Amino acid sequence: MRFVWRRRIPLAWCLLTRQPGRLVVALAGICFAGMLMFLQLGFRDALFDASITIYRLFNADVVVVSSTSSSSVSMEPFPQRRLFQAASWPEVESIAPVRWSLLVWKNPETGSPRAIQAVGFDPNDDILNLKSLTEQKKGLQLDQRVLYDRLSRPEFGPVEDWFNAGRTVTAEVQNTQVWVEGLVELGVSFGADGHLLTSNHTFNQLVGSSDGSSTSIELGLIRLVPGADPDAVAAALNKALPDDVQVLTKQEFLDSEQDYWREATSIGFIFNLGAAMGLVVGAVVVYQILFSDVVDHLPEYATLKAMGYSSMDLVMVILQESLLLAGFGYIPAFLAGKGIYGLARGATNLPIVMSSQMAIFVFVMIFVMCIISGLLAMGKIRDADPAEVF
Amino acid sequence: MATLQPTPPQPLVRIAELNHWFGRGDQRRQVLHNLHLTLNPGEMVLLSGPSGCGKTTLLTLIGALRTVQDGSLEVLGEQLLKARKSVQRRVRRQMGIIFQSHNLLRCLTATQNVQMAADLVPGLSFDQRRQHAIDLLSEIGLEDHHGKHPSALSGGQCQRVAIARALAGNPKVLLADEPTAALDRRTGREVVELLKRMATQHHCAVLMVTHDPRILDVADRLLQMEDGRLSTAQELAPL
Ligand SMILES: Nc1ncnc2c1ncn2[C@@H]1O[C@H](COP(=O)(O)OP(=O)(O)OP(=O)(O)O)[C@@H](O)[C@H]1O
Ligand SMILES: [Mg+2]
Repeated sequence: MRFVWRRRIPLAWCLLTRQPGRLVVALAGICFAGMLMFLQLGFRDALFDASITIYRLFNADVVVVSSTSSSSVSMEPFPQRRLFQAASWPEVESIAPVRWSLLVWKNPETGSPRAIQAVGFDPNDDILNLKSLTEQKKGLQLDQRVLYDRLSRPEFGPVEDWFNAGRTVTAEVQNTQVWVEGLVELGVSFGADGHLLTSNHTFNQLVGSSDGSSTSIELGLIRLVPGADPDAVAAALNKALPDDVQVLTKQEFLDSEQDYWREATSIGFIFNLGAAMGLVVGAVVVYQILFSDVVDHLPEYATLKAMGYSSMDLVMVILQESLLLAGFGYIPAFLAGKGIYGLARGATNLPIVMSSQMAIFVFVMIFVMCIISGLLAMGKIRDADPAEVF
Repeated sequence: MATLQPTPPQPLVRIAELNHWFGRGDQRRQVLHNLHLTLNPGEMVLLSGPSGCGKTTLLTLIGALRTVQDGSLEVLGEQLLKARKSVQRRVRRQMGIIFQSHNLLRCLTATQNVQMAADLVPGLSFDQRRQHAIDLLSEIGLEDHHGKHPSALSGGQCQRVAIARALAGNPKVLLADEPTAALDRRTGREVVELLKRMATQHHCAVLMVTHDPRILDVADRLLQMEDGRLSTAQELAPL
């Protein structure tokens, strides 16, 4: 029984470094596992995060959507009347009707069509907490003017470059010419490869209403007076309004979107599976290394037992070995992960970043992976019988 | 370091009516029969006998490396019959063991190998234990080989490091099982003489199994084993 730490020969370190080739293989395996986890989990988080980029910016406490709407890609229209009904509520400070649909955008350079997420609103309303929008929305008061999301996928055309070069950028949306009035920054998501902001008047014209009016909307944003409880108001509105709409607090609205991608699709599962694969591959490599290490040194471990070392002492050595492997394998994995994130960010415009949460999570996983492999390899230690070394 | 035993000397090892069996059921076979043996401080006792007669078995029993099945086996005042694991470990720590092959840890240097045993000694600081290991290596004439790994040492040098390691825990008893078997005749002789010298200097009793008739002259006492039974060699056949 030792209760105080005593400096000893760093046996675990010596065992690991005796065969540098094997050590490199072990570290490569761990690094691979870590990289795979960073990659899979990073994309998973980024995609889930990106799915609500624009929702998060909505300047609203409570949101009204059609009761048949289940996500941003299946937004159904509902009567605008419902929003006006809600406006009469005493806690409601202001309302903003929003149109939301995928429209066909033709690449102004190549003419190839692609669906872009279009958002239509009254330019007098502040529907997004987005400075670039507040500054530029006046320009949307003219018809056929749009603000273009500069983070949209490049397949939509070199809009940003042209615009910044001072060119007048026009494109065809639903076979109607529109002018790009300015650039905003939103970002891509599962449902949207790009965004287009415009006035509800232009939006309605684009979708076929010649006078630019419409009695239906896809989204109703509601601001409450200061101090009002969004949960209570949402509940009350849900009760009072007909069944064709559902009223959600902003948080519920965000959650339902993320839940949709998480649960109604297999995206999360696929990424988790990828990460788990990394973990399994890493665990197998580490186990192999530690196991062959133990087998290799069995007579030496038996000798140590014969000298008076306990099985626990030897178990600690294996554990130290696995911790050393975890630590040294993690460093390159972390650096590689950061590199991959940088590349992925550049290639996809997804908000994929090395958060400290992610860094810690992957470290813990690698740590656990190494410990488990170590524990499995330890079973062999019992075979080190000091009576058999003579 | 080691203190002289008070008179009359307490035997370090006291064995009475020791029996041992291997195997189970039909396979069960007795390999040690009603052994009696005492080992006194400072003694050098050699044990020889034909292959398979049970010498190694006896040594592993004394070294607390094997569970005692029947009879009394007292080592350094501890009864090993039905002894707990912690008692076994305590006995192991107070005993030095030298194997036929040196069994040094390949990943450690000569000094580190010796220090692995010194590390089990309570009370000393890391540097003191290291110094102890270095001193022992110098004593056995390996002062120029401290930092070498076993792969860079000859068989005789490795066995000498093993002797230093066996002594590093300040044991009162050294157990050696054919320590010269893997060495040529001259080196074997040197190693045994070194063992004898070191044991004397460190006031350590030695029980050594050997087949080598050339080294029997270093012994204070010779034991002969045949089919698991002990007798003093003189009674059987003077060599
Ligand atoms: N683990 C074991 N299981 C079963 N039988 C064993 C075991 N170890 C040894 N024996 C048997 O016990 C007998 C004594 O073995 P032991 O190793 O003690 O002999 P030894 O005198 O050391 O022989 P040698 O000179 O060849 O080393 C032998 O017949 C051997 O076959
Ligand atoms: Mg033997």
